[in-house]
Amino acid sequence: MEYFVQQLINGVTLGAIYGLIAIGYTMVYGIIGMINFAHGDIFMIGAFVGLIAFLILGLVGITWVPLALLIVLVVAMLLTSVYGWTVERIAYRPLRGSHRLAPLISAIGMSIFLQNYVQLLQGARVRPMPPVIQGGITLMETETFVVQLSYVQIMIVLVTVALMAIFATIIARTALGRAQRACEQDRTMAALLGINVDRTISLTFVTGAGLASVAGILFLVYYGVIDFYIGFLAGIKAFTAAVLGGIGSLPGAMLGGLLIGLIETFWSAYFTIEYKDVAAFSILVLVLIFRPTGLLGRPEVEKV
Amino acid sequence: MAVEAGKRAALEGTVDFQAILKEAGLAALVAFGLAISIVGVRTVTIPGGLGLEYRWEWVVIAVVGVFLGRFALAYRRETRSPGRRAEREEAMDRIGAQVQRMAKVAGPLLVVLAIALPWMPFSNRYIVDIATLVVMYIMLGWGLNIVVGLAGLLDLGYVAFYAVGAYSYALIAVYFDLSFWICLPLAGLFAATFGVLLGFPVLRLRGDYLAIVTLGFGEIIRVVLLNWYEFTRGPDGISGIPRPSFFGLPFSRRVQEGEQSFHTFFGLDFSSMHRIVFLYYLILALALITNLFTMRIRKLPVGRAWEALREDEIACRSLGINPTNTKLTAFAIGAMFGGFAGSFFATRQGFISPESFTFVESAVILAIVVLGGMGSQIGVVIAAVVLIGGTELFRELEQFRMLAFGGLMVLIMVWRPRGLLAHRDPTMLLDTDSPSATAGKSSP
Amino acid sequence: MSVATAETANHDLTIPSGARALLTVEHLTMRFGGLVAVDDVSFAAGDAEITAIIGPNGAGKTTLFNCLTGFYKPTVGRLTLDRGEKQFLLERMDDFRIAQQAHVARTFQNIRLFPAMSVLENLIVAQHNALMRASGYTVFGLFGIGGYQKAEREAIDWARYWLEQVRLVERADDNAGDLPYGAQRRLEIARAMCSRPALLCLDEPAAGLNPRESAELNELLLYIKQQHKIGLLLIEHDMSVVMEISDHIVVLDYGRKISDGTPAHVRADPAVVRAYLGEEEDDEIPAEVAADLAEDQDPGADGSGEVRGG
Repeated sequence: MEYFVQQLINGVTLGAIYGLIAIGYTMVYGIIGMINFAHGDIFMIGAFVGLIAFLILGLVGITWVPLALLIVLVVAMLLTSVYGWTVERIAYRPLRGSHRLAPLISAIGMSIFLQNYVQLLQGARVRPMPPVIQGGITLMETETFVVQLSYVQIMIVLVTVALMAIFATIIARTALGRAQRACEQDRTMAALLGINVDRTISLTFVTGAGLASVAGILFLVYYGVIDFYIGFLAGIKAFTAAVLGGIGSLPGAMLGGLLIGLIETFWSAYFTIEYKDVAAFSILVLVLIFRPTGLLGRPEVEKV
Repeated sequence: MAVEAGKRAALEGTVDFQAILKEAGLAALVAFGLAISIVGVRTVTIPGGLGLEYRWEWVVIAVVGVFLGRFALAYRRETRSPGRRAEREEAMDRIGAQVQRMAKVAGPLLVVLAIALPWMPFSNRYIVDIATLVVMYIMLGWGLNIVVGLAGLLDLGYVAFYAVGAYSYALIAVYFDLSFWICLPLAGLFAATFGVLLGFPVLRLRGDYLAIVTLGFGEIIRVVLLNWYEFTRGPDGISGIPRPSFFGLPFSRRVQEGEQSFHTFFGLDFSSMHRIVFLYYLILALALITNLFTMRIRKLPVGRAWEALREDEIACRSLGINPTNTKLTAFAIGAMFGGFAGSFFATRQGFISPESFTFVESAVILAIVVLGGMGSQIGVVIAAVVLIGGTELFRELEQFRMLAFGGLMVLIMVWRPRGLLAHRDPTMLLDTDSPSATAGKSSP
Repeated sequence: MSVATAETANHDLTIPSGARALLTVEHLTMRFGGLVAVDDVSFAAGDAEITAIIGPNGAGKTTLFNCLTGFYKPTVGRLTLDRGEKQFLLERMDDFRIAQQAHVARTFQNIRLFPAMSVLENLIVAQHNALMRASGYTVFGLFGIGGYQKAEREAIDWARYWLEQVRLVERADDNAGDLPYGAQRRLEIARAMCSRPALLCLDEPAAGLNPRESAELNELLLYIKQQHKIGLLLIEHDMSVVMEISDHIVVLDYGRKISDGTPAHVRADPAVVRAYLGEEEDDEIPAEVAADLAEDQDPGADGSGEVRGG
């Protein structure tokens, strides 16, 4: 029982991170109908920018954790968004209306490029970071097992919930959100009604990158090690989360993220840790075959 | 906006420098935002944790470079007439057509050249080795070209079939002690079976879903190879894979009593080159078979159905073509050739481990297909020679290889989405001289 | 043809000419979530006849086609194709099986050719299943065994015959995507005919054609009906096509069948006039519509014969 509760806590934490990345996939898919393969690498870049920002703050002498964390989050969101914007501008925008494999291949190329770009500039070796937040609350205790809810986990869930709330408000209330929903429905019509479609798509990539960078920082703080390759697996799992939740659906992305986090954690805890990635892929394949619209997605009627 | 500015410039003969400067300035600003973090600061491991290294000069270089580059691009755009894209596409298509036409003559010539290569005066062990590697990637490229270029299915896990081929070859050869010539078809068969098993559930998915599922499948195979220690010996890999024999004659220096090896049978002095040249011819033959097969199947109904599916799946369904089965054949045949190449790889190396079958391999093969021009056989050859031969020759640039591949894939897609040398000749022509059709009334 | 009450007219399966029913649609209903696109529609289409389905935008015509050709699975209903020797229940078949086994071919509202393949190849792909058999499912064809060469020559001859009918012989080796719009429409019909259908479904074949091309299309469709004795099912907005060549017209509005009969019957049906022109009382057809309809009756459109040129 105690073991189960502990896994539940760990799973939710991991799920929050996946959920944040999944939103980027789902938004981009919703608006231009493509899988942004480079999104996992944007997450990785966010983690690196966060690491650099932490180290600089440490050198400057800002060590009060909440302040440092806030600064790092803001700086990383800003700088990573520039990457999101650039990727869209260079690799995807010129290909709108091209044949259907072109943007996919371009996205793969972008992903390979970004991985090697970071590897060259930051080195191939794993970067460890000293723990920023330590300690936690002991929830349950038996002679053999202690259920710990660490402060990092609390922070991760809090940041995620806060961001989701802000984000949901933006989509529901602001002009940007309206423009985005309009473009999702019908891009041509939105353009005719005076919505700047290009800018809306750019902003979608920018927000997606911003959320992915937060996920990157949370990942960094939680695990304490990153390398240039983390984006690959995290990207696939987050994409699985987006599909599981129903691609195009924002609450679906969050739900899918949580589920994938839980499944992966429980799988590692009760079965084999070596095959935890296989679990995520199997779910992806199963969902795509049996329920391609995901849990919360709208059914897609094929246009003939 | 750009087109309009171009028209205006063309009409007035003037260029709006202020606008160009503004555009270049904005690009430089973006470059600054990109470079300030990842380029400008490098995390380094120091005793007791991580330290930082600053490279502000690189940031300056990046920003200035982007500013000048963007300025030059914008200037060119403003001063040239609009509608250039269509012209360029046409020009490139003409080049593609010419290369294709030349390939009809040059193709056999290239084959002769390839056969003669080991006997050239400049030829040595190193050159034959590189040539073997290049031809192996040509074969992989041709195999993937069936799936991506003809059938239009983006397979990002092609390396999985390569791995299945290599491991089935190695395991069968090691455990059952069968000869290369029996193991090779078996390995191809296994790979094709894997293709069918994977393809059956996922081939009805949309194109981009297929891409990510195949990507995942490539990873699964690697994870399984890594962790199923009893069967695959995990990260230790499989060593002692038997080398191919020349129809039963081994290429060994020492010969057991009463047996013969290649050099004793032909009365030659032993040379390690014999095996290397033999391996080269082996892969050359396999590659040529792949090519012949592809050329032939393109002109058969199934080949045309692949291309039709790539063009419009719904129309295919309305004409009674079973989309899943048709895609499945493409997938299985592509997998089979991947499996053949995998067994060749295993027998050449004598040792395989999961290390050799990462996503990077899939990406390299895909890059060869994409850069060469999807569906173009000669394009694959040129791309493989440039990408594989090139990187072998410039070893010191090895670390930039994947960076360049990724960047090139993006650039080619933006510049010419069907691939550099993409040009398609019809698989049949209507012979307009022959007498008019005899087919008249016919009941459905 | 008696005027039936609204209740029974909806399920009227009579064919005005008394021809044998090739296609019978019974109680077809298609729902998308809450939206009912086709609502309990029944009708029959005769063999070797042109049956037109008309109705205002959003009446459910294309949805009906998509149900017939298997692209949508109907919510309720039975779709029977009776080829004399064999019957097919279309609602139970996959889309490609409907084309392959029941021999129902179709064209699309937004033309769907294989743009990067040549015109001839488009027509050869349409004969895929026959050629697959001839090539021994690729195995024999690969090694040049068996009668594949002969089968391919015959396929090319058949394709040439249809190229002649649609006047595209000269463009046979050009890419289909490079043809002008009208030629693409003709090619799509030729491609569908190359698959040797028993029933040809045409989704707005005259859309975007100029009057001359439209007249040629009429000729072509009549020729197909007379020479090849197959059933044609036609969705069309262009009244000049519908009134002139149809043997039988079914009118849909808001997913329901509102009229069914000969062109003359439908033209005079007050329900049809109401559907097309809103709440006009059924005393008289407005002048311009009457004129329009009268004009459509004139069969002597020029360009006749050119369709079959060559």
